[in-house]
Order: sequence, then C-alpha cells, then structure tokens
Amino acid sequence: MRVPVSWLREHVALPDSLGVDELADRLTMLDLKLEEVDRVGGDVTGPLVVGRVLSAEPEEHSNGKTVNWCRVDVGPEHNEDQPDGGEPSRGIVCGAHNFGPGDLVVVSLPGTVLPGGFAIAARKTYGHVSDGMICSTRELDLGDDHDGILVLAPGSAEPGDDVPTLLGLREDVLDLEVNPDRAYALSIRGVARDAALGFDAAFTDPADLPVPDAAGPSWGVTVEAPEACPVFVARTVTGLDPSRATPSWMSRRLQLAGMRPISLAVDVTNYVMLELGQPIHGYDRDHLQGGIVVRHAAEGEKLTTLDGQVRTLSAGDLLICDDSGPIGLAGVMGGEHTELGTSTTSVVVEAAHFAPAGIARTARRHRLPSEASKRFERGVDPALPRYAAQRVVDLLVELGGATAEPGETVVGTVPAMPGIELDPVLPAAVTGIAVKGEDAADALRAVGCQVEGSGTDGLLGVVPPTWRPDLTDPYDLVEEVLRVVGYDRVPSVLPTAPSGRGLTRTQRLRRLAGKALAGDGLVETMSFPFLGPADLDLLGLPADDERRRLVLLENPLSAQEPGLVSTLLPGLLHAAARNVSRGLEQVALYETSPVFLGGQDAVAPVYGVDRRPTPEEVAALDAALPAQPLHLGVVLAGEREPAGWWGPARPVSWADAVETVREVGRLVGVDVVARTGALAPWHPGRCAELLVDGVVVGHAGELHPRVCRAFDLPARSAAAEVDLDAILAAAPAGARPDPYSVFPVAKEDVALVVDASVAAVDVAAALQAGGGELLESVRLFDVYTGAPVPEGQKSLAFALRLRAPDRTLSDDEITASREAAVAEAVRVTGAVQRT
Amino acid sequence: MSGPNTEYDPVEVTPLKADEVESMRDDALAAVAAASDLEELKAARTAHAGDRSPLALANREIGALPPQARKDAGKRVGQARGAVSKALAERTLVLEAEHEQRILVDEAVDVTLTLDRRPRGARHPLRTVEERVADIFVAMGWEVAEGPEVEAEWLNFDALNLGPDHPARTMLDTFWLSPASAARVLRTHTSPVQARTLLDREPPVFVVCPGRVFRTDELDATHTPVFRQVEGLAVGPGLSMAHLKGTLDHFARELFGPGVVTRFRPSYFPFTEPSAEVDFLCPVCGGDEPALSTCRTCRGEAWIEWGGCGVVNPRVLVACGVDPERNSGFAFGMGLDRSLMLMSGVADIRTMVDGDARFPMPFGWEI
Repeated sequence: MRVPVSWLREHVALPDSLGVDELADRLTMLDLKLEEVDRVGGDVTGPLVVGRVLSAEPEEHSNGKTVNWCRVDVGPEHNEDQPDGGEPSRGIVCGAHNFGPGDLVVVSLPGTVLPGGFAIAARKTYGHVSDGMICSTRELDLGDDHDGILVLAPGSAEPGDDVPTLLGLREDVLDLEVNPDRAYALSIRGVARDAALGFDAAFTDPADLPVPDAAGPSWGVTVEAPEACPVFVARTVTGLDPSRATPSWMSRRLQLAGMRPISLAVDVTNYVMLELGQPIHGYDRDHLQGGIVVRHAAEGEKLTTLDGQVRTLSAGDLLICDDSGPIGLAGVMGGEHTELGTSTTSVVVEAAHFAPAGIARTARRHRLPSEASKRFERGVDPALPRYAAQRVVDLLVELGGATAEPGETVVGTVPAMPGIELDPVLPAAVTGIAVKGEDAADALRAVGCQVEGSGTDGLLGVVPPTWRPDLTDPYDLVEEVLRVVGYDRVPSVLPTAPSGRGLTRTQRLRRLAGKALAGDGLVETMSFPFLGPADLDLLGLPADDERRRLVLLENPLSAQEPGLVSTLLPGLLHAAARNVSRGLEQVALYETSPVFLGGQDAVAPVYGVDRRPTPEEVAALDAALPAQPLHLGVVLAGEREPAGWWGPARPVSWADAVETVREVGRLVGVDVVARTGALAPWHPGRCAELLVDGVVVGHAGELHPRVCRAFDLPARSAAAEVDLDAILAAAPAGARPDPYSVFPVAKEDVALVVDASVAAVDVAAALQAGGGELLESVRLFDVYTGAPVPEGQKSLAFALRLRAPDRTLSDDEITASREAAVAEAVRVTGAVQRT
Repeated sequence: MSGPNTEYDPVEVTPLKADEVESMRDDALAAVAAASDLEELKAARTAHAGDRSPLALANREIGALPPQARKDAGKRVGQARGAVSKALAERTLVLEAEHEQRILVDEAVDVTLTLDRRPRGARHPLRTVEERVADIFVAMGWEVAEGPEVEAEWLNFDALNLGPDHPARTMLDTFWLSPASAARVLRTHTSPVQARTLLDREPPVFVVCPGRVFRTDELDATHTPVFRQVEGLAVGPGLSMAHLKGTLDHFARELFGPGVVTRFRPSYFPFTEPSAEVDFLCPVCGGDEPALSTCRTCRGEAWIEWGGCGVVNPRVLVACGVDPERNSGFAFGMGLDRSLMLMSGVADIRTMVDGDARFPMPFGWEI
C-alpha cells in the first residue's frame, strides 16, 4: 500500500515536526511494515514556477519545424524588464502548440532541476536565447498520457507560484507491506487510524458522512446470493459532464498511490477505494438493461471483462447481471459493456460487500488479482458501502457537475460482529508481559473494540469493530493488546526444556558419512532437485529405466525440467563439468539429497482441522507420498592425485568411485560389497553393483564414454550413486567384538589363474569359505595378465593370514587350511594354482 | 683355553711384570683414545682387548705362576683389563653419538616440499550451519525432527491454519505435484515437520526442524526456489512469548556473537498468534551513524530481518490433537541460507548452489 504522507495527514493530526522516518518506524512497530519511503520529487530544485503566456509567435524554420517564441510572465520575482518597454517577462522557445496567450503553464527557469536530474539552463536555439522551458506532464513526472504542454486550469494559480508545492511534485510516499490480517490498512483511512493510535493523535474518519435517511430505491437490485453478498448499495448520478477533467490534486494522489488516472468518473471510484478501502464499481447507466441481479454463475457462462478478455465462468463465480446477462465478476472486475467511458453522463455506483472466500477463489481461478479482489479477499469493512457510495456521489457532484438522483438502494444489512470472550489474564500469560486486565481492556478500546467488563474480575466481552474481521478469537485480541503495549516490552526468558536424547543414531551417522567423504577429498555440492528428460537422455537411460518415471510437478519453473530428481547424477555431472571448465584439475564432488521415486499416483486426503487425525488417517497421508530415500551421489573427474615431486598424477579410475562408497561404509561399520554390474550411465565393463547384506544399494564405476562426452567431462570420469538410508540402516549398533588371538600369525601367498571374466571377489570368497575358521583374512595383492598367463586369463595373487584363537598352528594345519582354500577356489571358479 | 701351566718355572714370568702390564694397558688406552671412528675403535678393541691381545695373553699366563705370585699378578692384569674395557665403553658411546649425528645430517631433506597429494575435501557451509544450529538447540535439550520434502497439502497448509481460501496461501508460491488435485506439494516451509511431531508425541515437545524447502521463485542474486530453513517448536504448559524471546536471544548470540541484540516486530503468520518478525541489530555498524549509511551488511537499515516467529495458534494445536487449555507453545523459522550470508558476507545466493568446489573450501568443516 502506497501512502502519500500529505494525504495521510489530512485524516490524522500528526505533529508538524514529525519526520517521515519516525512515522514509518512507528507504523512498522504497529505491524504496518515499511518497505521503503519513496521520496518522490526529492531531486526537484530551483525556480520551477507558474507562468502566464503573454504571447506566442509561431516561427517556421528551415528544418521544416515550427516553434513558438513565447513571452511568459513568471511573476515579479523572476520577470525581467523588457528594453522595448514590453511587459516584464521571460522569453522561451517552445515546440508544442497546445497552448496560447493567457494560458497558465509551468516554466522551468534556468537553474531548475527537473525529476530525474534534468538540469535546465538558458540556451541559444532557433535564433533566440531561451530562458528555460515550458514543461509537459511527462517532464514533471506527472504522467505520460499527454504529449503537449501542461496547461493549468484558469484561475488555479498566479504567475510565480511555486509549482512543486502547487502540484505536489515533492511528496514522501510510504510503501507499506500490509499483512493479510490487516485489510483495513489497504486504505488511507486504516493507516491514519493506526497512525493516530501510534502517536496518540486525533483521527478524522473520512467515512463519517451524512447518508440519506429516507431510502427510496435508487436502482433495482436483487441479491440472489446473500451469503456471498451480504450488503449491496447502489446510488445514481446523472448529468455528469464528460468534458470535466480530473483535478490535478486527485490525479496526482492516484498516481502517487500507484494507480493510473483514467477519467474523472473512474478516478473518483479509485480515489474512494484508496481513501476508504471500499472497492467501488461504476456502471454507465445508459448501457444497463434493467435492474441489477447478484447471483452465482452457471457453469460455462461467458463474460467479457473490461480488460477485453472473454472469461468462461464457473459455478463458484459470483456475478453482477442485468437483463442482458453478466455485466461483471463481482468484487473482481467489471464487464466491458457497461464500463464507464468518455461519453458517460449517468452513473450507477455500486458499493457492495462480498464474502472473502468466494472472491479469493474467483480471482485465483481467473488469475485476476485486482485492487478490488485484493481487498475483498482479505476482508473489507462491511459497514462502509453506504458511506463510500455517498463519498463517490459527493465527488461526482462536486468535480463532475453531476446531480445526485434521490434515493439509495440498500440490500441486506451489515452483519453483526461476533463477540469474543477474553480471559483478562490471557494477554499476560501469552506475552509474558505483566499486562493488567484493565490495561488490556483499554488497549482493545484503543484499536476500536467495544469492551464490556472491567478487566479486574470476570471475562471481558469484546466486540471488534466492523473493520477488523480478522479478530475472531482471544489470541487475535492478545496480539492487538501486544501491539498497543509494545512488542519491545516482551521480556527474554530462556525456557528449560526437558532432558533431550541428543541426535538420533541416524543423524549422527549421516554427519559421520559427510565427514568421511570430505576427509576423503570430496567437496559437497547442493543441486536443485529438478530434472527433465533431456538429462535422462544424456545419461543414456533405456526407455524402461525406472529412473525415467519422474514425480512430475504441476507448475515447474522450467518446461525442460518438469519433474523431481530420480537420480542425483545429472546435477553432479553438470556441476563437475562446470568445475572442469573453470580450470579445476582434480574434481571430486558429492551430494546427499533425497530422490523421488515416481509411479505413485495416490491422492493425499485433506482432513478437517477441528480435531487430530487418527493414526490411520496420518498413515494415509504418508501412503500418498512418493518414496523419498536419501541418496549419496559421487562424481570424480580428472586426476585423483596431482603430479608432484613424488611422481606423476594418478588419473581417476573406476575403482576410486567404488572405494569412496566402501569407505563410507567402513566408517559406519557396514561392509559394502562390489559385484559385477551393468547399468547406465556406467561403462558396461566397468560398473560395480554395490551390495549390503546381499541387497543392491547402488552402483559405482567408470562412466560410459558417451556420457562423459555428453556432459563435457574428461574421459574416464567415474561416479557412484547409492541409497545412503539403506547403508546407514545396516550400520551395526552395540558391537560385541570376539576376543582376538595372541598366537603367531602364519602368512601364506597363493596365486590363482582364472578366466578374465571371473570376479576377484568371488575367488576371494571361495578361498575364505574353503580355508575355514583358521583363515583369518584373505587380501588380493596383485593382478597380473600377460605371459606366461594364457591369453584371456589373469593371475590373482592373494595373501592369506592363518591363525588359531588358542594355539600356535602347526605346519600341517597351515598347509591343510591353505590347500582347502585353494581347492574350494578351484572348484568354484575353475582357478588353476600357479606354482 | 689354557689350564694351569705346570711346566713353567714358578719364579717369574716376564709379561706379568708390573711395568710390562702397565705398558700394555697404556698402549691399549692410547689406541682407544686415538680411534677416530667406530671402525678404528673396533680394530683397537681387537688389538688390545681381543683374545690375542697382550693383556689377554698375559692373563693366560697367570695360572702358570706359583700360587703365591698369582694374587698380585691377577690383580695387576685384572685392573689393566678393567681400565681398557671402561675406556672402550666410553669411547664407543662418544663415537656412536658422533656417527649418528653425521648420519642424521646426511639424511636431511627439504621439509618445505609440500605433499598436497590428496586434494582437499569440504562440506557445504549450509550443511555445517545446519549442524551448528542443531547443536545449539541440542545443547539446550531440544531434539532434531525431520520430515519428507514432498508433503501432503493438509500437513503443509490446513493443519497450520492455512485453509484453502487463506490469502496467505497465495503468498507462499507453492510447487504442486501433478495433478494438483492429488493434494501433494513440495513443502514451502519445514512447519509440516512440526505438525508431524505434535501428531507423533505428547507435550512437552521441544524440537528444531532444519531442512530444504521450496518456493516458485526464479533464481537470482537474492532469491532461490530451493533453500534451507530451520524451524523450532516448543509446546508445553505455561510457555509464552517471553520464552520465545529468550530462546531466540540465546540462538542469535550463539550464532552471530555474544553482543547481538534482537527485537520483535509485529507480523502475521497463520500458524502463530501473536506473530512477530525477529530482527537483529546490525553487528557491523551497530545501527549507528556514520557507519550505518554506508554499511553493506545491513544496507543502511540498522535492523536485519532474521526470521518469523510467534505463539503457536491454538487452532494448530487443536488440529494436531494438543489441548490448548493445558498447553501453549511458540514457534520460529529462519532461513539458513540467509543466516549464512549474514555470517560470512556471501553476497550472491547463486554462488552457494552452482556446485563450484572453490565455494565451500574456506569454511572448513565446522562453522
């Protein structure tokens, strides 16, 4: 809400010495938050004065342009005597032609600075010295509708008058952020009322007008939907002079408040809306066909609103109709046909009260947030319509030469405000300030409530004022008390929480996983969770890949990314590519974020709020949500270790991706096992499937060369993605370690030649199984291909460690265990022992 | 090995004469002293204390002496050998120390050669801020609650006193899952976690809910569609706005420094009544001129908006099954992105989300 301070001061007797910053600070502390002070015209300085045109001589110039050489009387202070004895004046060249001798105009004399820092100086032009400029509305920042010179109404000023004062060029405008519960503050009236409260100043209600007491109807009105339209007031004026322009003070105020002046009749309705907060609609009576009917729309009905759009209506839309059909969307926007135009002479003025919910839905459905709907959906003072209509009539009579037709149509009555019982100790209990009951009662009276009871004993009976429909329960009243008493009086008391259980085990493990990754040289990134088919194509996912079943958004920010991530890899690969393109040579990134699994199309129930939902109802809410497991994504590109004095760089390999995940597992006590896998976007021969307790939790390995190219990543970049929830869930709690053996260890190495396709992990597992309890550990320490190992085979060298818990092993036991291990590996994997 | 020499005449044996023994001892001591390294000392040991050294040979002769002469001779030779042995031991220590000293000098390297072999890792500062905030509250006995990012409309809105026609709903620019009629959203705040907590356990409840939230804002220097919040909720008997203020004062001091000053400013949220914004006085300029007007931290505003808060609206308690006659509560919510920007002077939100590995590096693992 933009509030010109001079307009505000008309309705509240603020001290002259009060500065705009202090005013704004006080309003902010009353819940009318200052966005900014717009110091309009603050840069205008110098002699900007009213001038009377004495003469204007057209002169045609060689460039084909005709200019006027004018003598202008700019008042005794600025006039210069003329050597030829002519009237004291100044000479000015002007290119516009919409004025003549005798007109009052605005003159910027040399030394003036116009809005926008436009400095005026005397200059030689068209053979004359032009002493400044005759100004247009645009140059004065008063609007941009007219190209010509601003001609002031005859008799409205004298030559030499200060124009910034006359036209309100300099004005401080408060731009206030109005919260949804303070609809009353969407008006000068409401802001003035709070300013009066804030400075203990007198408030003059602009709605305090005499209205006709003998109510003959003014125009036929039938309200068929009284719940949606409890009050409808109509007044009629005739004989409006369409040639009358909006006075400059009014158009200036509209403009300062952020509205565009249009025509007198329209401007008056907007002015009254800004002043009182009551949206007004004016109908051209000559285009109305019969009486007005307020009813709900039939599904599919059509209306052309005054923005020229044809709207297809729904049953929930409330309509204003006449005999021809719909002529307006009630409380949202009028229709085109009955719009007030340049030839309108008779106006039917509508000031009605509409129920907030319906207006909100209609405005949302038709995407029509108007000044009117903004006010109605928050709640307008239902007592206003008669006074607002009167104000419009008065202004049309005064400014437009119109005649008020007798009679006033009033349909419905102002609904009574429901009373609220307030326990007088509640304000103190809620705020922690020692507010006495009687002080609370006084505070409520100060904001306009009627209060029954003393506050010292018994409940307070509170009836909020009509402009406060937001006050519906005791806590709302507490906030009003607090606002008056002052938020700054709330004391600071640290509460004592019951003994807590600290972080959960999962929360602790998640932190540990993050630290493990960072300790492993990876950098955490946070990508947006949006994804589209283009990135899934870049990953090379087959058509039936379940990661293609995205959870889709109704209103995505970008049509290219219509869904939520089913995999963290695209975000990570793009981030890695960005790092590479910015010159980083060792790129190692990770992200831990949820992914969203599609294919779950349930509808979430919407319950009432008058009671707690049952456990079954809560479960139904959860069942309607997609699975959202926390994933860990990793991407490695370029070098894993740089070159240095120790030797050459070590490029990233598939194994780094596998090890990164296994390292996280190791830190939380989970053995992550790699098996041969095959899944996009990994290299088909370099993809490990990662398992925990026999269940696949993700994949790791080298990226497919096509994927590296598609994402602009270096060749042989590696990546991993696993279900971190699953890994952490497997973390063992409360370990009970077996006693370890203190007897000597026996070390035996074996080399086994297997087919190249045999997985080392399988050979190791077979050795372990065959070696029995004495085989303490099996570790692969070398892989060799090439002569003498036959083509298509590889030699795997394992270090075996054997030990018994209770004795030193004999040579025979060692040999037997080793041979059993080898025999099992031979049996399971077809290995041949190298000797 | 020599047994008693019975063939000698038991009168006198030359090598056992006193001056001979002294001479042998002096030669030995001189040789030990002259040894300049462990090699030479080894040679001296062999020559003067070895099995074939003069003193060893002399020792062997003692048995050949007549019994009455053995005692003197034995004493002479024994003392001589003792002196040599001691000298050898002392010289060994000296020479070994010299030797070690030389080796260590020879083995010196340039320790300024840096390794930096494993590139540095880093956690995202938003993560560490989130953990820091959680720790501040955990230290007060609060617990950390979590909930899903895709949330049911009822929990994100209705349960929080944001009915379907509430004007504040349109202010929370919401991502809806398709179709919108399925009543599922990307949570616009972490408040549904608070509702879930109340549905899940009995008061007293003291929880903080950090997490990612979503609004349909386009990304620019100061807006992002995806950001992080921390919300807190305390529900129990007798809690008031004063407890809210006390909690936030402590929180602000822990996060921004001991001198931080906060204030409440009236505001509106459907889920709290009364509602307030909490601001803190700019810690850089202190809200005072002349620094204020050019202050880049508060942009000349003196008070910096930190978050929203208030007393939990009894309607929310009712919807979550808490008796508002017996319990009251307070709630608050702050943007973690914004808090981080205020703590560290990050000016452009986009630098936090584009994944450049250089951004998190200066923050370390703890904030």
